[in-house]
Amino acid sequence: MTKRLQAQRLNGIEHNPWVEFVKLSSEHDVVNLGQGFPDFAPPDFAMEAFRRAVSGDLMLNQYTKAFGYPPLTEILASFFGKLLGQEMDPHKNVLVTVGAYGALFTAFQALVDNGDEVIIIEPAFDCYEPMTLMAGGHPVFVFLKPSPIQDGELDSSSNWKLDPTELASKFTPRTKALVLNTPNNPLGKVFSREELELVASLCQQHDVVCITDEVYQWLVYDGHQHVSIASLPGMWERTLTIGSAGKTFSATGWKVGWVLGPDNILKHLRTVHQNSIYHCPTQGQAAVAWSFEREQLYFGQPSSYFVQFPQAMQRSRDHMIRSLQSVGLRPVIPQGSYFLITDISDFKRKMPDLPGTEDEPYDSRFVKWMIKNKGLVAIPVSIFYSEPLRKRFDHYIRFCFVKDESTLRAMDEKLQKWKAELKP
Amino acid sequence: MFLALGSGARFLKTIYSSKILRFSTSAKMSVKFTNAKRIEGLDSNVWIEFTKLAADPSVVNLGQGLPDISPPIYVKEKLSKIAAIDSLNQYTRGFGHPSLVKALSCLYEKLYQNQIDPNKEILVTVGAYGSLFSAIQALIDEGDEVIIIVPFYDCYEPMVRMAGATPVFIPLRSSKPVYGKRWSSSDWTLDPHELASKFNSRTKAIILNTPHNPLGKVYTKEELQVIADLCIKYDTLCISDEVYEWLVYSGNKHFKIATFPGMWERTITIGSAGKTFSVTGWKIGWSIGPNHLIKHLQTVQQNTIYTCATPLQEALAQAFWIDIKRMDDPECYFNSLPKELEVKRDRMVCLLESVGLKPIVPDGGYFIIADVSLLDADLSDMKDNEPYDYKFVKWMTKNKKDSTLDAAEEIIKAWNVQKS
Repeated sequence: MTKRLQAQRLNGIEHNPWVEFVKLSSEHDVVNLGQGFPDFAPPDFAMEAFRRAVSGDLMLNQYTKAFGYPPLTEILASFFGKLLGQEMDPHKNVLVTVGAYGALFTAFQALVDNGDEVIIIEPAFDCYEPMTLMAGGHPVFVFLKPSPIQDGELDSSSNWKLDPTELASKFTPRTKALVLNTPNNPLGKVFSREELELVASLCQQHDVVCITDEVYQWLVYDGHQHVSIASLPGMWERTLTIGSAGKTFSATGWKVGWVLGPDNILKHLRTVHQNSIYHCPTQGQAAVAWSFEREQLYFGQPSSYFVQFPQAMQRSRDHMIRSLQSVGLRPVIPQGSYFLITDISDFKRKMPDLPGTEDEPYDSRFVKWMIKNKGLVAIPVSIFYSEPLRKRFDHYIRFCFVKDESTLRAMDEKLQKWKAELKP
Repeated sequence: MFLALGSGARFLKTIYSSKILRFSTSAKMSVKFTNAKRIEGLDSNVWIEFTKLAADPSVVNLGQGLPDISPPIYVKEKLSKIAAIDSLNQYTRGFGHPSLVKALSCLYEKLYQNQIDPNKEILVTVGAYGSLFSAIQALIDEGDEVIIIVPFYDCYEPMVRMAGATPVFIPLRSSKPVYGKRWSSSDWTLDPHELASKFNSRTKAIILNTPHNPLGKVYTKEELQVIADLCIKYDTLCISDEVYEWLVYSGNKHFKIATFPGMWERTITIGSAGKTFSVTGWKIGWSIGPNHLIKHLQTVQQNTIYTCATPLQEALAQAFWIDIKRMDDPECYFNSLPKELEVKRDRMVCLLESVGLKPIVPDGGYFIIADVSLLDADLSDMKDNEPYDYKFVKWMTKNKKDSTLDAAEEIIKAWNVQKS
């Protein structure tokens, strides 16, 4: 064919940074602490729920309701209705999607028009920018600034903050939406109530929709509280709250997500949904519904998965923090999420000339070197930044600690070997 | 039996609402909460309305295209076993689970008589619906024209509009059946000159659906050649929706337009696990084509859902292997299902005829269309501004109730009695 094949909407979004790292990981003998998924099983009750979903009622093999399998939309409405302090109708305020990824896509397509501006807080999960672009929107970036820390102390995600004046300056009459992610990927920052109030007041002042990605909402540590911005005064009517069964129940492969919001905004997402994939797979939704029913029974109790899981992950986090320091990596303590980032400035000073392509940021070269030479996979944090900031934030790499004990032990072995190889 | 023709040779109206989307705003609400322009006017959906009506448990649902029979046992068994495997509960490869794309490549290599690269020439999507969406988003631009053959599966038009392109319609037209012969889906054909007149330099693609929903037409080799010739002449893409590819009844053969000379390089062929294995709720579909096209669908995938559900893909791969190994065997589901459905088709044709509904006997697919004009039903208490067939179906749904073919037979026999 001689015509230009691909549509314009794909301009600038063809490249995907993960492809490279996933490939490299499969080619070497590595401990994979890169991509964000557990390498342990979902909890028993979730496995049981899925077993039930695939061996029970035959009709679960067929289409369900387009906007969500009814028992799932009902439990989501009741469960999150309580959490958000909002009366929620399963037909009007809930949409089930193919993962939180699908929810994000549906939201952007429903609301973002050519020329609309979307504020994205960096470092940001890497899909927000291309999804904005694919919808013809214009991403406007504002970054979390780390404050200086004392020598010898470890940095913390709570130390990375938005400058209120700078944030305010990003809003223009063309701003359609702001994307919030708390707990944040890759940093692990859990936005405080005060920080959310700042974002909320600006959204209200400038009449902007807030798209809030809260997939890690249960993974908060050290007694921090996850606050949903939709629960703040004046925010329910302008917020889309996105969640993930994959991250909630450690079953990322089920690809069940949802959006919660007011009917007058959600109806536009329903229009996109019915013209894109129409139905989500039934059985995964049934399994998620049963899993939520179980958690609703145990909510707030010690045996709740939403209590036990973050406790266990806090231990894994702490284990990783201790271990990484032994080779001179400087972790930033995350308040939440699956991830922590580590400062690799010392390595940048000692080994500034690692192989890579022209313009490749240091952290990317470092990760490739580490995969090939030290058998550990991490993800360069520069991929979570827009192009202009990549050189500035090229001295951090992201590790996922939501891994089995055996994986963390294997990590320790690799690190011990690395430590032994370090020049004095 | 879902969509019915009006009197004579009137064609199905496209199910498209030109209602401009507005919502009521309170003082607090925002003009900015308006929908993006790409979905303007695409909010209405015929299925939402009718599935609500059919949800009444006393209604026989012969409307929506989903089986109420069991999927094959080994398909269910595979999924059950897989549910217990830890690693299959986590993310898999974005463009398609490795064992599934390998199985698809193996199966379709036999049909295409050519190698198919599982990683570069196949994309696994959320149902065939997801493949249609990805193909259109990837390859259709604002200002492009896309030819759609009427009647058409209803999503083609809104998907084309959502991509900012203009649908160009061409109807299948029916000759009157020869006296003594049953009306067949093969009586519905495209006029080659009329079709040619729809192509121009702005035509980016034509959407083909064979076997066809709702008519059940299975395009012949000659009919496909006409389409292929035009695609090549105008350098156009072909998006071929072949979800019912196995559901072809006696005396008919399914042809893949992508196997015609000059067509592989310009065709995306779409398939469906839901329709292949009677598991519509698994929502797994796929697009097959040359890498220079598939790579753009892969770009869309990585910016929309990224990856499809893992356990279902693995189960599907294993089910495929069972049937790939016995494709010449009558026990192979690809052979046994059409035999099973042909019997049901024939039964339904007789039932419909027995009450004066004139069916168009489908050569393939899940559906039969019936002309209801002869029934002369009293629809005076249905809403005024809807097409006749909408009103008829709603009347039928509200007034004639029960479940599955046996029950449908009861109802239809009862009508017969009522009429006489």
